[in-house]
Amino acid sequence: MTADGALRFAPRLTLLLMAVPVIAGLAGTLRPAFEAGSVARLLDWPGLPRAMALSMGTGIASTVLALALTLGLVAALQGGRLFTLILRLLSPLLAVPHAAAALGLAFLLAPSGWIARALSPWATGWTQPPDLLILNDPAGLALTAGLVLKEVPFLLLILIAALPQADAPRRLMLMASLGYGRVAGWMLSVLPAVWPQMRPAVYAVLAYSMTAVDMAIVLGPALPPTLSAQLVLWMTSPDLSIHPVAAAGALVQLGLVLAALALLRGAETGLARLGCRLALTGIRGIRADRWLAPVVGGAGLLVVLLMAGSLAGLALWSFAGPWVFPDAWPQHLELDAWARAAPGLGPAALETLLLAALSTALATGLVLSCLEAEARFGLKPGGGALWLLWLPLIMPQVAFLPGLAELALRTGAEGSTGAVAAAHLVFVLPYVFLSLAAPWRAWDPRLAVAGAALGATPGRIFWRLRLPMLLRPILTAAAVGFAVSVGQYLPTLLIGGGRVTTLTTEAVALSSGGNRRIIGTYAMLQLALPLLAFALALALPAALFRNRTGMRPGA
Amino acid sequence: MSGLVLDRLEVRAKGKMIVALTAVVKPGEVLTIMGPSGSGKSTALAAIIGTLGPEFSLSGRLVLDGRDVTGLPTRARGVGILFQDDVLFPHLSVGGNLAFALPPALQGRKARRAAVEAALAKAGLAGFADRDPATLSGGERARVALMRTLLAEPGALLLDEPFSRLDAGLRDRIRTFVLDLIRAERIPAVLVTHQPEDARAAGGRIIDPQGRPVQAGP
Ligand SMILES: Nc1ncnc2c1ncn2[C@@H]1O[C@H](COP(=O)(O)OP(=O)(O)OP(=O)(O)O)[C@@H](O)[C@H]1O
Ligand SMILES: [Mg+2]
Repeated sequence: MTADGALRFAPRLTLLLMAVPVIAGLAGTLRPAFEAGSVARLLDWPGLPRAMALSMGTGIASTVLALALTLGLVAALQGGRLFTLILRLLSPLLAVPHAAAALGLAFLLAPSGWIARALSPWATGWTQPPDLLILNDPAGLALTAGLVLKEVPFLLLILIAALPQADAPRRLMLMASLGYGRVAGWMLSVLPAVWPQMRPAVYAVLAYSMTAVDMAIVLGPALPPTLSAQLVLWMTSPDLSIHPVAAAGALVQLGLVLAALALLRGAETGLARLGCRLALTGIRGIRADRWLAPVVGGAGLLVVLLMAGSLAGLALWSFAGPWVFPDAWPQHLELDAWARAAPGLGPAALETLLLAALSTALATGLVLSCLEAEARFGLKPGGGALWLLWLPLIMPQVAFLPGLAELALRTGAEGSTGAVAAAHLVFVLPYVFLSLAAPWRAWDPRLAVAGAALGATPGRIFWRLRLPMLLRPILTAAAVGFAVSVGQYLPTLLIGGGRVTTLTTEAVALSSGGNRRIIGTYAMLQLALPLLAFALALALPAALFRNRTGMRPGA
Repeated sequence: MSGLVLDRLEVRAKGKMIVALTAVVKPGEVLTIMGPSGSGKSTALAAIIGTLGPEFSLSGRLVLDGRDVTGLPTRARGVGILFQDDVLFPHLSVGGNLAFALPPALQGRKARRAAVEAALAKAGLAGFADRDPATLSGGERARVALMRTLLAEPGALLLDEPFSRLDAGLRDRIRTFVLDLIRAERIPAVLVTHQPEDARAAGGRIIDPQGRPVQAGP
């Protein structure tokens, strides 16, 4: 096949790479569910109703809260100084892996955590960690809080990226000139324009929040845990007879997610209709601005503070010497924990790095091929392609990863770095594509015409013009992919068959043991890798093009 | 026969005729296409440079120096273009922009560097090779853009309102510079503009995208 022919095939190949693992995995996972007795045994499990309720409750509550806060922040505060501050502080938090965020929050909220220490004994009277279930509470409140913290930065960045197409400033000016309040004007005129682009992200957040396993293990209740966390316990159990029950559970989990998505879809339609009716009443909603701005501003700052406190807590614990309970600060700082953890940290960090580098390189290459094919052959991706791209992010991981793991086991690929990297690719690629597509498509097409008119071949235009000019967004997209790979828990655990140990799997595994110093080292390193990737993505183009004013961001 | 021949070059979209041009542009001559907004100027340019979208259908022939280039991709036509903006490549130095245009046949680092320096000198920009294009003035950028186009040794030149973004004083100087070079290098050129003074300065025939003569009288 010629290079041109291969390039033309790239978009289809990429969509296949996304869809096939999900569909094959689903089929593989769910098949044992139909074995005789599986469903009955699942129904016999007394924890089932509660586990289902937890999945629904924490997932929906955290999604609604995160979405409301995100929309509120932009509607009430965008353009103001507080918003700029919150955005600047929240954006880097996108790179924080779920597990690290959860562990940090656990260190903060636990009865013996930083908040309790800071308030004791002077405010609380506690000289011993109180016997309270603040963490791993049976209602899943800590889990919900963790999910909100993690999803707000994501939704916010998706919304910010969608805003330019909505022509928000002029719409808002128009609404204001008609006498509408800020928030009401935004909700009625800007939201309908940005929602279609936000929708897949919101669906992904809902599906993810309902089924997140790493966060549920660290922050969620234990007896019973959320449905997905329980399923993973069963799936990784050495007792093989329980596996069909897990499959039946995965079927239930899939049903729950689909039901929640349908609910969301229904809510969308309902709210849209309500909005239209509201618009007809002509209510201007002036008074809402007065209390909404401080409320969402305060909530936004709280998110920032909790995240910052979580991460600072992780760092502090990893360097902490003796630190008895009510003290707010350890007696001294030391490197003992790092020294003790080093033999395990090194290989885990290397494996993490290798997986992230492999999956990110592959994802970036595929995404660039897709986008270049689109530009060169004038292809127009349909809406179906976009949904296929989102499929791995919307389908619950526990519903298709076990099937994939079984496939890997049967082909002998299980436990190999390559197989795990391939599994990571399924989750890394959509993020790389979503980060890169907009800047790629925004590139001035006259530059390509100018190149071609100077006699440059399409290949030369790609390598010598488009690639270097888009180096910054390409590297940023790669850094996003890298961070996604570093954060992967379930794919690594299941496809790795327990034999591929990354910083993430290790940090989550250690979380039950309670050695905060060692957990701190793993979480810190897990955090450091994506931050390093982002720093590189910023520094490299800046250094390469330090003498090119036209290459600065915003130029 | 040398020069650019538009032989019943017609562009249709949804059955509607947008462009219908028949003309011979001799070396050093400038054919001006003028017309109101929506009359088809951009479409005519796209047809000549080879960037028409799939929604258009093209008939007729485009012949450059006796070679039928109608079906060729942009890069193989030998038609250079100057845009409304300079469209310099921001990641390359001024010299890098010019070297990008030099034909690959010119080999050797020294020879290529010399060709770039010579082009810069001709444009009154000697010593500008290592400059960042973003730091140039509008007039300097316009001249670099023209030299870049000429270094690719085009058989014909398209000018897509190249003077309209320049302010009045500069416009006259750059226009003179461009038109003089076209005559000196004996390149057939097609100028698209909606400014009668540009058309008059070009000194050639003035037609609209449907091929009808246009008066550019004062
Ligand atoms: N894809 C298309 N399908 C049908 N008609 C089109 C298409 N694209 C452009 N046209 C029509 O072709 C005509 C010429 O458009 P063109 O952009 O060439 O005009 P123009 O002379 O360059 O105008 P301006 O001075 O505003 O740039 C217009 O009437 C336009 O509506
Ligand atoms: Mg035009």
